[in-house]
Amino acid sequence: MNILEAEGLTLSFGGIRALAEVSVAVPKGGITAIIGPNGAGKTSLFNAISGFYRPERGTIRFDGADVTRVPGHARAALGLARTFQNVSLFRGMTVLDNIKLGGHHRLRTGILGAMGYLGRAAAEESRLRDEIEREVIDFLEIDHIRDLPIDALAYGLQKRVELARALAMQPKVLMLDEPVAGMNREETEDMARFILDVQEERGITVMLVEHDMGLVMDISSHVVVLNFGQVIASGTPAEVRQNPAVIAAYLGEQAAKQRAA
Amino acid sequence: MDWLLLAEFSLVGLLSGGVLALIALGFVLVYKGTRVINFAMGEFMMIGAYLFWTANVFLKLPWWAALALTLAGIAVLGAVVERFVLRPLAGQPVISIVMATIGLGAVLHGVAEAVWGGANLSLPQLLPRTPLTLGEILLPGQVLWSFALAVALIAGFTAYFHLSKGGVSMRAAASDPVTAYAMGIDVRRTQRLTWMFAGVTGAVAGIIVASMTSLSPTLGTVALGVLAVIILGGLDSIAGAIVAGLIVGLLESLTVAFIGGQARDLVPYLVVLVILMVRPYGLFGTRDIERL
Repeated sequence: MNILEAEGLTLSFGGIRALAEVSVAVPKGGITAIIGPNGAGKTSLFNAISGFYRPERGTIRFDGADVTRVPGHARAALGLARTFQNVSLFRGMTVLDNIKLGGHHRLRTGILGAMGYLGRAAAEESRLRDEIEREVIDFLEIDHIRDLPIDALAYGLQKRVELARALAMQPKVLMLDEPVAGMNREETEDMARFILDVQEERGITVMLVEHDMGLVMDISSHVVVLNFGQVIASGTPAEVRQNPAVIAAYLGEQAAKQRAA
Repeated sequence: MDWLLLAEFSLVGLLSGGVLALIALGFVLVYKGTRVINFAMGEFMMIGAYLFWTANVFLKLPWWAALALTLAGIAVLGAVVERFVLRPLAGQPVISIVMATIGLGAVLHGVAEAVWGGANLSLPQLLPRTPLTLGEILLPGQVLWSFALAVALIAGFTAYFHLSKGGVSMRAAASDPVTAYAMGIDVRRTQRLTWMFAGVTGAVAGIIVASMTSLSPTLGTVALGVLAVIILGGLDSIAGAIVAGLIVGLLESLTVAFIGGQARDLVPYLVVLVILMVRPYGLFGTRDIERL
């Protein structure tokens, strides 16, 4: 069963067509990787699915409902969490406060709550905090940095905090835009392990854009290849690796012919 | 030097700075929430005061009903401004947005003159006049009450920002709109709310100022002096806004006492000019160090 289905997505910026009739199906519970050369439309696809861009044509179905017209912030509340290519954390806040903002949309207390029902607001807040302690901070092994400001962290840890914040949203689908970009070997291996844990232990469907082919081939259950805004191949990592169109896109026509010969 | 006079004028100055701090809060709310310097803040005050005059004096509604109507009206105005002036300019250079708020101020000014005329109107005395005496120092009742009102409103907004879900959303959206959006926060809604709040603080400040002096389309010019001092304190800090308000109040009061009423509007700018020459990054602002 597919938890997320994009059909015929078309998106252009001026004369440039970023996505042309792109259809992608994300099976529930798996890890789906979107790969392709630079400028292939991977991040555009992510932005269209998470509601940051509005495609000109096409539909997006999430968890059985058509969300094409649902604004991005409401899609997040429905269980579509994402991270960004460049780390996008609230600077000047601590790690814990950043993560708590991920659970923010589940709090109920409104304007009057702050004035009149401080008790309820506090109870709700402490429940959220407990849950985050258990399910996010311990899980991602970031207990030791919880009270540090974001700027004090190494890049790899910042990426992990961003993942933590996305998990605090209790998503059904977690969309990771280049989760290991710029990481060293060790940081990449840690991140790969966490992504697998998220999928296996939490049963959260993962969708990722990544250039690190080693990581993609190791952990993905399903790979979709984009080139010039179009899907040129999809299937298991082994199938995609053998696909001549994929080899051509990555290495050029010449190399593809040589390999075939 | 007359020490008693100095003490009295200093106290009165600080207390009258409460209303100025409220105006400063209006600037800071908008800047924090949307990164826009709202040059039409003074016009929000002025329109708020005119709305109150219309409801209270012209339509003879009781003060509380007039106040409720005024706040509702100014909140609608704030929302309309956000939707039709600011939102279409999202992503444009700061200078365009600043020009738009200056233009908005001119339009509101013109509308006020067309609707209510340029003559001075007077609002009823809303605040009790009974003075408070501290030894030989006499503090006017209006000044005291306006200070108390301003403190209550500022405290309310601060509590809202830090304790409620909506307030936390606003802070998150202000600090990074894109990320906040990805966290499920409706950024357009928080920006609309920001402008509505700014309208409300402006209207309350406008009503207080107009009831203590008089009401004319130029009521809002006081806001510009406040803006100068906020830039000094740091545009994105509520604490800075309060300090800015108190500084302007104190400076104006001391100027009136020791130099004369004509210099009153001049001195705050002079002080800002001098301080910015010495500390170009402001009193509390962080010094930008560029890495080459």
